[in-house]
Amino acid sequence: MPEAAVIRKPRVLSRVFSAVRLPVGDPFAVVGLVIYALFIVTALSAPLIAPYDPTEILYTENYDLASDLLPGEEGHVLGTTSLGRDIFSQIVWGARSALLVGLTAAFMVAFIGSIVGLLSGYFGGWVDALLMRLADVAFGIPFLPFVIVISAFSEPSIWNTVIAMALVLWRDTGRVIRSQVLSLRSRGYVEAARVSGSSDLKIILRHITPNILPLSFLYGSIAIGWAILTEASISFLGFGDPDAISWGFMLQDAFNSQALARQAYHWFIPPGLAIILVVSAGFFISRGYENLLFPKLGR
Amino acid sequence: MSKFKSFLIRTLQLALVLWAVVTILFLMFRLMPGNPLAAYIDPTFTAEQQEALIRQFGLDQPLWRQYFTYLANLLQGELGYSFRYRTPVADRIWLLLPNTLILTFSSLIVAYAFGILAGAWLAWRRGTRTEAAALPVVLATRAMPEFWLGMVLLAIFSFSLGWFPAGGTRSAGTSYDSLWALYTSSNFLSHLFLPMMTLAIYSQGLPLLLMRSNMLDVMKEDFITMAKIKGLSPFAVVIRHGARNALLPVMTSFAISVGYQLQGNVVVESVFSWPGLGRELVNAVAASDYPLAQGAFLMIAVVVIAMNLLADLLYSILDPRISHA
Repeated sequence: MPEAAVIRKPRVLSRVFSAVRLPVGDPFAVVGLVIYALFIVTALSAPLIAPYDPTEILYTENYDLASDLLPGEEGHVLGTTSLGRDIFSQIVWGARSALLVGLTAAFMVAFIGSIVGLLSGYFGGWVDALLMRLADVAFGIPFLPFVIVISAFSEPSIWNTVIAMALVLWRDTGRVIRSQVLSLRSRGYVEAARVSGSSDLKIILRHITPNILPLSFLYGSIAIGWAILTEASISFLGFGDPDAISWGFMLQDAFNSQALARQAYHWFIPPGLAIILVVSAGFFISRGYENLLFPKLGR
Repeated sequence: MSKFKSFLIRTLQLALVLWAVVTILFLMFRLMPGNPLAAYIDPTFTAEQQEALIRQFGLDQPLWRQYFTYLANLLQGELGYSFRYRTPVADRIWLLLPNTLILTFSSLIVAYAFGILAGAWLAWRRGTRTEAAALPVVLATRAMPEFWLGMVLLAIFSFSLGWFPAGGTRSAGTSYDSLWALYTSSNFLSHLFLPMMTLAIYSQGLPLLLMRSNMLDVMKEDFITMAKIKGLSPFAVVIRHGARNALLPVMTSFAISVGYQLQGNVVVESVFSWPGLGRELVNAVAASDYPLAQGAFLMIAVVVIAMNLLADLLYSILDPRISHA
């Protein structure tokens, strides 16, 4: 028996790893992966790449406030804000906030959704009824207004925004994983494990969870984009973390400083493009991933 | 009969959901730190005046009692008084709801008309360069922050070119005899155009992608092969036999889109100073006007839940194979 245990472990691990394999066959997905790699490198090495502190108020050589400089002036690649802050540095640091928000929200959504789906699908009965009514409630809550109210009334921080998002967004993951578990539960090998006396916990962990991980991963990767977009909206509306430089915060700053009327395109175009690039890269990856998981849908 | 019964069960379930959302809303606004009357009570008020106000709003009562009072009031359509405007919240909401609905439905109609046609066309052009170039663009529009798109359109078409006004629903100082006269005036429509286009550009992706994938499925069906064998023109095959069948699921997604759009409205209305429910919600939250924020939130939630129900209903009517038993 001990030998069997030794052999089993790597098999489970390799199943997990093969479940989260990357969709490198799909050209869109490859572009998405490259953008993500750049995004992650930028976020991690922000202090090395950014020429200035993103919140530092800068002065020119004549000790004037370096406000509203155009791209290229005084060596500022993308110019400066009305408060004299370097726009390029803010873009670079914004990648860090976006990565943090995207990954933590995605992890929480995938985690809560998978647990709900597993319990609901495996145990059925009142557990299922209760959890699925909870999912109905989550579908009935207007997502953005909910996140706005929670972010505004709690201590302003990225974490409260992320928690508010996860409290609602698990609903899609939960429902999809539940239906997957329902079909897995009646498969022969699960039946066999049950007959041979495996406990519920063991069946769930060893036989069902490895098979739903790809779906959790897929829904998590979709949640990254949603989380980044939502955080941008929250910051734009002024309910974000005042200490974090995010792309949404930059857009709020530009909007409130009349950048639109002054046609300061160099200020409000780059943060929007950064968001589009990262979020659509996420879409590309999840599409490629979907094709890998469900080849029938691939087109 | 069984279809009616399953629909009834679904309606009851969603009524329960509404009750749960109302309860969450109550707890969300009561359990938050800080005095809910902070924005209402002037610092110069004496302690007695403050207590009188707290009693007047029923905030000295235990929580469960406040909850039942709140439920009883809601059932009578009573949403309380706005702290800021000192008027009934319900009046304020009925005043703003038409603006939000006009913005939502006009943008969705444009989005669906475009999305359905473009989706069918892309399915027809399957495997061509056009399709390869169009798909990433469509996905990118789904990845845009709506408010940013609004900002870009505003900067280009309002501030740079001066073709459209920058915000609001009409020019200052104009008045109209009736709401109908206002909503059909060129003044109102020119104010509507940019926010409407912003939401439409964002929303067209869903119907487009749905229509395209449905078309690809439908075009593999036997009756399409049959139509081709009969020698019908490609137009007749694609439009009369293909598109009509691919259209059904797209139409049911319209109801769901209304719910999503109402949430997206929150930011776009703020960019364009469009006096609707979403902007009111944001302003009320920022000003700690709890009754108004609560009322606006509830109104949006009611529409979202009603649209979920409508989507279920449409789905089971249009596709008899689906039941919710």
